[in-house]
Amino acid sequence: MSEIPGTTSAGDASVDRGSRTKLRLNASMIIGAILILLIVALALVSFVWTPYGPSAVDPAARLQPSSPEHPFGTDKFGRDTLTWIMYGARITLMVGIVAVGIAVLIGTPIGIIAAVFAQYPWGVWLSAVIMRANDILLAFPALLLAIVFAAVYQPGTGPAMVAVGIAAIPGFARVARSGTMQVLGSEYVRAAKASNRTAPAIAIVHVLPNIAGMVIVQASVAFAISVLAEAGLSFLGLGTQAPVPSWGRMLQESQQFLSTQPLLALWPGLFIALAVLGFNLLGDGLRDRFDPKMEARGNG
Amino acid sequence: MAENLLEVRNLTITPTGAEAPVLHDVSLSLAPGERVGLIGESGSGKSLTAQSVMGLLPEELQAQGTVSLQGFAGNILDAKERTLAKMRSDLVSMVFQEPMSALNPLMRIGDQIAEVLRIHGEVARGDIPGRVLDLLTSVHLPDPNSARYAYPHQMSGGQRQRVMLAIALANSPRLLICDEPTTALDVTVQKHMLDLISERVATVQAGLLFITHDLAVVAGVCDRVIVMYAGRIVETGSVTQIFTDPQHEYTRGLLASSDLDATDAHGKLFTLKTALSYAGPVDGAGPIDEAGSDDEDEQSAADGPADVREPAPASARETSTGDGSAPLIDVSGVSKHFRSRGLLLRRRSPVRALDDITFSVASGQRLGIVGESGSGKSTLLNLLSGLDRPTAGRVRVGDIRVESASSSALRSLRDDLQIVFQDPFASLDPRMRVEDIVSEPLVARGTAREERLARVEEMLLAVDLDTKAMRRYPHQFSGGQRQRISIARALVTRPQILVADEPVSALDVSVRSQVLNLLTDLVDDYALTLLFVSHDLGVVKHLCSDVIVMKDGHIVESGSTEDIYAHPREEYTRSLIAATPSLAGALASAT
Amino acid sequence: MITYVASRAIQFVLALIVASVVVFALMSILPGNAAQVALGTNATPDAVAALEAQYGLDQPPIIRYVNWVVGMLGGDFGTSYVTGAAITPVIVGSVQVTAILVIAAIVLAIVIAVPLGTFAALEQRNWIGVTISALSQIGIAVPNFLAAIILVIIFSLTLGWFPSQGWMAPVEGFGGFLLRLVLPVVSLALVQAAILTRYVRSAVLDVMREDYIRTARAKGLTRTKALFVHGLRNAAIPVITVAGVQLATLLVGAVIIEQIFVIPGIGSELVRAVANRDLVTVQGIVMVLVLLVLIINLIVDVLYPIVDPRIRNAS
Repeated sequence: MSEIPGTTSAGDASVDRGSRTKLRLNASMIIGAILILLIVALALVSFVWTPYGPSAVDPAARLQPSSPEHPFGTDKFGRDTLTWIMYGARITLMVGIVAVGIAVLIGTPIGIIAAVFAQYPWGVWLSAVIMRANDILLAFPALLLAIVFAAVYQPGTGPAMVAVGIAAIPGFARVARSGTMQVLGSEYVRAAKASNRTAPAIAIVHVLPNIAGMVIVQASVAFAISVLAEAGLSFLGLGTQAPVPSWGRMLQESQQFLSTQPLLALWPGLFIALAVLGFNLLGDGLRDRFDPKMEARGNG
Repeated sequence: MAENLLEVRNLTITPTGAEAPVLHDVSLSLAPGERVGLIGESGSGKSLTAQSVMGLLPEELQAQGTVSLQGFAGNILDAKERTLAKMRSDLVSMVFQEPMSALNPLMRIGDQIAEVLRIHGEVARGDIPGRVLDLLTSVHLPDPNSARYAYPHQMSGGQRQRVMLAIALANSPRLLICDEPTTALDVTVQKHMLDLISERVATVQAGLLFITHDLAVVAGVCDRVIVMYAGRIVETGSVTQIFTDPQHEYTRGLLASSDLDATDAHGKLFTLKTALSYAGPVDGAGPIDEAGSDDEDEQSAADGPADVREPAPASARETSTGDGSAPLIDVSGVSKHFRSRGLLLRRRSPVRALDDITFSVASGQRLGIVGESGSGKSTLLNLLSGLDRPTAGRVRVGDIRVESASSSALRSLRDDLQIVFQDPFASLDPRMRVEDIVSEPLVARGTAREERLARVEEMLLAVDLDTKAMRRYPHQFSGGQRQRISIARALVTRPQILVADEPVSALDVSVRSQVLNLLTDLVDDYALTLLFVSHDLGVVKHLCSDVIVMKDGHIVESGSTEDIYAHPREEYTRSLIAATPSLAGALASAT
Repeated sequence: MITYVASRAIQFVLALIVASVVVFALMSILPGNAAQVALGTNATPDAVAALEAQYGLDQPPIIRYVNWVVGMLGGDFGTSYVTGAAITPVIVGSVQVTAILVIAAIVLAIVIAVPLGTFAALEQRNWIGVTISALSQIGIAVPNFLAAIILVIIFSLTLGWFPSQGWMAPVEGFGGFLLRLVLPVVSLALVQAAILTRYVRSAVLDVMREDYIRTARAKGLTRTKALFVHGLRNAAIPVITVAGVQLATLLVGAVIIEQIFVIPGIGSELVRAVANRDLVTVQGIVMVLVLLVLIINLIVDVLYPIVDPRIRNAS
C-alpha cells in the first residue's frame, strides 16, 4: 500500500530514459538521405557506365521526347539527356563538397576562436573585430561573390566553388560562435577550468563534440545553397563551362526550346530541386535531433 | 452537491501515444473560500492537476475524468476553448511559477492589466485606468502610478509576481490557483509574496489551490494539504494532522527530510528511508529563540538513545577556528567591479559586484556564505577559485596569492580547491561518459590511465554510486545522482578545500537530505575545509560552523552559526532568518 | 535608443569603408591589370600602356582607390574602359528597375508567408498544417529560375496571359508595366515565400510555447486570440531578421530572373559588364549592391528596438 518506488538502493529514482546515443530517425531525415543517395549513386555510376557518351551526338535524334532509347529524351544536338544528368550530378556534388569543405574548415575555427577570445579582457576587441569582418563578408551573397570571381578570373567551376565556399563562411562562423559561447558559459566548462583544463583542451574535449551537431546541420543547409548557387552561375554562363555537363547550363540551354520541347527544362530542373530538397530535409531532420532546445527539455 | 467550489473526480492523464498515465485517478475537492495546499516533488503531477482545472493542459496530453467548478456548467475537461476562455479569470485564475517569462515582454504593465478587465467587460471602459491603478496599489507595488508605464524587464521578479497576482484577481474569481508562485523568488521576497497572497485571497473571498514542493510554505498559507507522489494523491488532511501525524510513509519521509532542524540518531538529516524515527517538527524551535543554540544537541540526545558517533558537533568544529595557526584562506579588502564592455559609444558605470570583502577561513572550518540573488556570493567563489581576478584586494589560499597567481600557481591551487556546482543538469558535459567526467581533473594533472580509473571507481563508491555508472552518460541519471557525480569529480584530486555553490538548491527535498548527509560524511572522512554557498539559511545552519551573511556585495554580518542565528545583530540578518520558512515555525503559526 | 541607432550607424559606415576596400582590392589589385583584362590577352603592351595612361591606371593603387571613392561620393562611378561611357547613368537607371522588382517580390512573399506560416503553426497537428509545411519545403528546393521557366511555360507559352519577356517603364504605360512585372515578381517571390513561411511557422510555434501566451489564456483569451494579441509581435522579431536576409538575397538573385525575362535591371548590367570584361563597371555595380545590402541590414537593426522595448532600453 504505502510502498514507495525509488527509495531502494542509491536512494533517488533513476530516470534512465534509454540510450540516447542510438540515432533517432525521423521522416525528414530518411527522405532527405534517400534523395541524396540517389544523386550520389547517379554520380558514381556515371564513372562506370552511362547510356551514351556525353559528347555522343546524333543529329537524327534531336529534341526527342522520352523513349526506350532515350528515357529522358535528347537535346538540340541529339545528345542523351539522362547521360548528361548523370554527369551533371558529379559537378553538383563536387561543388557542394568543396564549397562546404572550405566553409566548414575556415568558418568553424573562426567562430570558436572568436568565442574563446571573447572570454579574455585582451581578446574582447579581437573577437569583436573578427565578428564584424564576418558581418561584412555577409554583405557579399554567394552569387555576387561568384560573379565577381568570374569577372576577375575566368568563369569556371573552380572560382565558382571557391566563391560559394567563401560566402558560406560567415554562416559557419556564427553557428560555431554561438554554440561555443553556450558551451563555454556552461557549468561543466567552469568545472573543467576549475580542474585545470587548458583552453585548447576544453575546446577539443567539450566544445567540439557539443557543437558538432549544429555544424553538421549548417553543413547540410550550406550544401543545398551551394547546389543552388552553382546551378544559378552555370545558368548565367559564369559557372561550369561547356563542354562539361552541368544541370544549370542544361536548364539555360533548354530555354530556347521551351515551346517545342519543355521536357528539356524539366529534367535538369527536377534534379536540381531534388538535390536541394534532399539536403534541406536532411538538415531539418538533423536539427530536430541536435537542437539544444529539445535536449534541454524532458525534465521538469 | 453544489456546495463544493471545485470537484475533481477520477482525473487520469495520459500522454498521447503512451500507455502509462502520468496522473492516476486523482480526486479532490475544495469548498468555497477554502485554502488547499497541493504538495509534491517534481513529477508528482501537481502542476498537471492545476492545469486541468484551468483547461490549460498541453494538447499532447489526454485527460479522463471530470473537473467541475461552481458556476461553470459541465465538465471542464470536455469544454471548448471558447467556453473555457470565458471561465478563466472570471471563475478561476492562476499565478505561475516563472515571473520572468509570464508577462509579455513587449507590452506595458498597465496595458496587460487593462486587457484582463477589457476581455471580461465587467468594468466600464472609462473606469479601466482607475481600476488598473487600484489593482497595482492593492498588490503593494512601490510606485503603482509609474508601474503602469513600465515594461516587464524593468521590474524585479518579485514585482512581476505581484503584477501577476493583480492580473489573476482583477475579475475577483472564485478560485485562485498558485503554481509554485514563490519558488523563483528570494526568501525575503517570498515572505512578502506569501503574505500578499493570503491577504488578497481573503479580500476577494476566493478559494485557493496552492501548489508547492515546500511544506513549510504551505503551512502558513493553507488550511488543508493534499500530498501527491508519482501521479497519485497519497494523503489528505489538515495542516496540523499532516505535520504531526502523517499517515502515509511518503508524507512522513517528505516531512522528515524537509526538517533541517532535526537529525537522526547518527546526527544525520532524515531521509525517506530513516523517516520512521522522525518525531515531527519541534514546536518552539523558531529561529530567533534563546534555546536555539543547543537545539541540535538536545534533539539528538532525545531521539537517539544509543549515541553512535559524534557527528562532528559544533564544539569540535570550533576548535579549529580558535587555534592560533594562520588561516588557510585569507581574503582581505577584495572588490570586484564589472564594466560592461561595448564597442564604441556604449559605456556604462561599473557594477560593484563585491565591495571591500574581508574574511578568513581556518583549516577544517565549515564556512557558510549566505545571501540572496545579487549578493555577490557567486562572484566571490570565482575569485577564490581563480576563475576570475579581483579589481582590488588580496586573496590567499594556502600559500598561493590567487589574485596575482601565475598559471602554474593556479594549477596547484586547483589541486587543493575544488568546486561542486549548483545545477546538476548543467554541470556535467552531456556528451561525456561518467568515467571521463570524474577523471577530468586527473587528466589535467597527467595521471596515468590505470590509476585514473582506480581513483574514479573509488570515488564513485565513496558517493554511493555503482561502478557500472562509469560507462553511462549524465542524462541516464537523476538530479541527485548527478550531484553525486559532481561531488566525486570534485574530490577525485583529494583537495583540501571543497567549495560548494548551492549544491542542493536544484534538488527535490527528499534527495536534498541524502546529498547533504553525503557531503557531511565526506567532509569528515577527507578532513575537508568546506565553503558552502547558499541562499538557504536552513541548509547552512545544519552544515556549517560559521557563517557570512552577504548583501549587495557587502558582508553584512559574520560569526559562528549558532551566534548569528540566536542573536543576529543586523536588521537584514534578522529579516532573512524571519523569512526563512521552517516547519516548526509554520506549524506554530498554523495552530 | 539614440545611442543604439548611432552605434549601428557607425558600424554601417565602418562596414561600408571596409567593403569598398575589399571590392577595390579584388578588382584592381589582385588580377594585376584592368586594362589588360579589358583589352584581352593578345593586346599589345603599347595599347595596354595607352589605356592605362588614359584612365590613370599607372598611378599607385592608393591614389586610384581614393579617386574612386571620392568620385562615388560625388555620384560619379567613373567611365567604362570598354564603352567609354559614364557608368553612373547606367547604374541609376538599372537600380530603379531592380528595386521595383525586388520590393514587389518581398512584399508579395510576406503577404503570402505570414498568414500561411501562422496558419500552419496553429493547425500544426492537422493535415492542413502538414500540407503547408510539405509544400513550403518543396518550394524552397525550387530555384527561382526553374520557377520562372515553369511559369513561362504555363502562363505565357500555353495560356498566353503574360508576355514571356521584356520590360516597360511605368511611365510608358502602366498596364504594360504591370503585365510584364507579374511573372518575374512571382518567380522571385514564390521561393522566398516558401522560405519565409517556414520561419514564420517556427517563430509562431516557439511563441505559442511561451509562458506569456499561457498567461494570456489564463486571462480569458482563446488560444488563437492570445496568439494574435500577444504572439505575433513577439514572433516578428526573428521574422524581420529573415526577411532582411531575404531582401539582400533577392537583390542579387534577381540577376538570373532579369536575364530570363530580359529586364534591364542592375543584374543584367552586371552580367553584361562581366561578359565585356568591363571591370570598372563591375566594380561600381558590386559596390552599389553591397551598399544596398548594408542599408537593408541597417534598417533591420533599427527595426529591432522599435519592436522590442528590451533593446530600446538596453543602452
